[in-house]
Amino acid sequence: MEDQNKLIKEVTQRDYRFGFVSDIETDTIVKGLNEEVIRIISAKKDEPEFMLEFRLKAYRRWLTMKMPEWAQIKMPVIDYQEIIYYAAPTQQAKYESLNEVDPELLRTFEKLGIPLEEQKMLSGVAVDAVIDSVSVKTTFKETLAERGIIFCSFSDAVKHHPDLIQKYLGMAVPYNDNYFAALNSAVFSDGSFVYIPKGTRCPMELSTYFRINAKNTGQFERTLIIADDDSYVSYLEGCTAPMRDENQLHAAIVEIIAMDRAEVKYSTVQNWYPGDKNGKGGIFNFVTKRGICKGVSSKICWNQVETGSAITWKYPSCVLMGDNSIAEFNSVALTNNYQQADTGTKMIHIGKNTKSTIVSKGISAGHSSNSYRGLVRVAPKAENARNYSQCDSLLLGDTCGAHTFPYIEVGNSSSIIEHEATTSKIGEDQIFYCNQRGISTEDAIGMIVNGYAREVINKLPMEFAVEAQKLLQISLEGSVG
Amino acid sequence: MTEVLEKIGAVPRISEIYGTNLTTIADGLPGWMNHTRYPALKAFQRMGIPGFRTENYKYTDLTRLFENENFRRSFTPDNFEVNLSEVFSCDVPEFDTHLILTVNGWYDEISNKDTQYPEGVIVKSLRNAIKENTELVEKYYGKLALSDEDPLIALNTLFAQDGIFIYIPDNLHISKPLQIINVLRSDDDLYVTQRNMLIAGKNSQAKIMLCDHTLVPQQFINNNITEVQIGEEAVIDIYSIQNQHNKTASFSGIYVHQERSSELVTNAITLHGGIIRNNLKVLLDGEQASAKICGLALSDKNQHVDNYTNIEHIKPNCQSNQLYKNILDDNSTGGFTGRIHVLPYAAKTAAFQRNNNVLLTNAAKMNTKPQLVIDNDDVKCSHGATVGRINDEALFYLQARGINEKEARLMLMFAFAHEVLAEIKIEKLRDVIDQLVNKRLRGEVSKCHSCALDCIR
Repeated sequence: MEDQNKLIKEVTQRDYRFGFVSDIETDTIVKGLNEEVIRIISAKKDEPEFMLEFRLKAYRRWLTMKMPEWAQIKMPVIDYQEIIYYAAPTQQAKYESLNEVDPELLRTFEKLGIPLEEQKMLSGVAVDAVIDSVSVKTTFKETLAERGIIFCSFSDAVKHHPDLIQKYLGMAVPYNDNYFAALNSAVFSDGSFVYIPKGTRCPMELSTYFRINAKNTGQFERTLIIADDDSYVSYLEGCTAPMRDENQLHAAIVEIIAMDRAEVKYSTVQNWYPGDKNGKGGIFNFVTKRGICKGVSSKICWNQVETGSAITWKYPSCVLMGDNSIAEFNSVALTNNYQQADTGTKMIHIGKNTKSTIVSKGISAGHSSNSYRGLVRVAPKAENARNYSQCDSLLLGDTCGAHTFPYIEVGNSSSIIEHEATTSKIGEDQIFYCNQRGISTEDAIGMIVNGYAREVINKLPMEFAVEAQKLLQISLEGSVG
Repeated sequence: MTEVLEKIGAVPRISEIYGTNLTTIADGLPGWMNHTRYPALKAFQRMGIPGFRTENYKYTDLTRLFENENFRRSFTPDNFEVNLSEVFSCDVPEFDTHLILTVNGWYDEISNKDTQYPEGVIVKSLRNAIKENTELVEKYYGKLALSDEDPLIALNTLFAQDGIFIYIPDNLHISKPLQIINVLRSDDDLYVTQRNMLIAGKNSQAKIMLCDHTLVPQQFINNNITEVQIGEEAVIDIYSIQNQHNKTASFSGIYVHQERSSELVTNAITLHGGIIRNNLKVLLDGEQASAKICGLALSDKNQHVDNYTNIEHIKPNCQSNQLYKNILDDNSTGGFTGRIHVLPYAAKTAAFQRNNNVLLTNAAKMNTKPQLVIDNDDVKCSHGATVGRINDEALFYLQARGINEKEARLMLMFAFAHEVLAEIKIEKLRDVIDQLVNKRLRGEVSKCHSCALDCIR
């Protein structure tokens, strides 16, 4: 027990590895939010008229909305007039090759371990790096272009493929969907855009790294992935932020559209700054992620490992419209110190013979609170729908909380929906068993936690699985030595 | 927007009914009880009629029901000569109980006059208990059913005038069940409020049956709240059988406080009813206390049955186990919300919950919301929920053995339901309810308006 307390103590005192601030000149606008600010953002990005209209429509709607209060989280009131809504590294448009990139920026990415450099080509990951909400560098653009794949920053896409943007923007997450979606729609600065043409299998993993750098800024990026008929893409997202005393807001939107027989795999390793051990500072991570299985037999798979953020509040969801479509949600959420997570998913079954699987693993330690909140809705016409949900919570320490709030709404008799949830701590018998075989308590806890999360981590692409495992190690077993 | 307007409609109207009848309602009741009414009114006005915007009533929208009702309130006992033989004849053969009768929420002095109870047991109307057992009632009244928590509690407290008071002294084991029959009978549509109190002393044992009957085809809204105090080492079983016609809206709230090593068994069997909402809250406030909570609902036509449970583990080493099942036919809708809340100091808690549902038609709809709120690490908690259809393989197995499809389906449904019924500890009652459920599944009972117990004569 003492060992366990020591372990938990060490866990709660671990440092945040990515807490550096890069000394990069940024171009910011005045803080605050009004129509003028939105016009400035739109003008800075040289956007066509329809984008500005979209933003203004969203802003006006946002003004009429109220901050939702139903989540199992406690937080201070956010002053939206204290946030800078646009902060970009200066001279960002000029890079031709990596040599011209601000060396400070390169060092940032090096510290992050992002395979941005050419020698990392072998790792075969195309990266779009977004710093303070502006995309600074997209690698492998040419290789991808040969196959007709479009992978670029959102602003580039607005310039070069306005038709696609106009058609698909807001399809999965309408501008008036929720409070933070409306805010994002009004002020989003950049993000990534992916289009996979018909019958194409994306030859490499696509990846975006998000980083908040400048002070007092909010990050509002927007990702749009369109997978046309018979295509496949695996997309990775990673995020970090410097250590700051005040809370910073990250309100992003991710939209995925999967057409007939297309498959999209979206993996996130979220490691925003979680605040210090007294719960001071940290990122508010309020993200709206939604995928539409629009075509028949399409498949969307959300994988997430959530270890950072002071507050994580997101529900990557799937709307299963096409017949025979499949959705998966696999999540590991680890909270520590005073972190709070209210996360889960929504599976809306509309098409016939649709299937969804939910696997959610929560780990809470310290004074943290970890909630799973999920909805499985089967529409009356979604015959033979099938859902299986499993939500497990692991509690480390007696001051943390684990909560489960599933909602199941079934509207026809041919569907089968199953949900199960368990809450437990690491059993003394398990530790004893390991001890007996010469494994120290610390190693045993690490092993058990890793085994607990393995089911989900195994779903991640290789590069990410390694990183995710490391993150969990840092959080738990790493701190033990 | 229309919803907001509706709310403005129902709340002031009910407030006005209260205002106009204030003196009648408060008449003959002590100040401390009447003083609970004003905060209840405020709480009700603040929360409004529960609808889908109220999280706990997400799946039971009562706004329309309350908006359209303009039912008579029974502020004084109705002078019906209830045909007691009619009710008593429903009594299960060879099943001997102590009968307690209420009519439209009022304790029926005439019918209950001659009933003999074991020595020391107090059974009387709440009004009389307030006069004669003031200390007990004052100590416990409104301590578990809190007006601020639920608009229906607020409404009940606002209009509460009478109900049943039962006191079981320490160390007394009552072998014969206490059967409470709530009869609804009126010539016009009626809104009924009933407030009961059950106090079980240390190491006492009793079995309580609650039977709800509607004798006439009028519409009713029945708001019935029971506060239950269970003393140390006491063992209390509460079985409720709801069998009302499809125009009845029945809200039943049972609020239980358990002390050390006490045991509670509840089983709510819903056979018929229009809109049924059962609220159950159990506070496990003593070490080694245990609660076994079950429910079975069979619904068809346009019925709606919603079971809501909230089990709070306050002290360490307590156990709770919940099992709820629904079989939904025709256009019926079902709801289930089960919350297990383990408070920070309730270590070594074992809490389990299961909710299984079968949908028989495409028009039926089931919403289920099991919840775990765990604030202690040394616990074993789990919940499971399923919504599905009758297993094809099991059906095939039976058909392959020469049982026709209809019969096979009935057998499987009955087997599904029986798991809940098996938890009834009174053997005779279990057999009777088994029969009732069997008949109900065959659709035989739904043919008549009268109560189900009537049919097993």
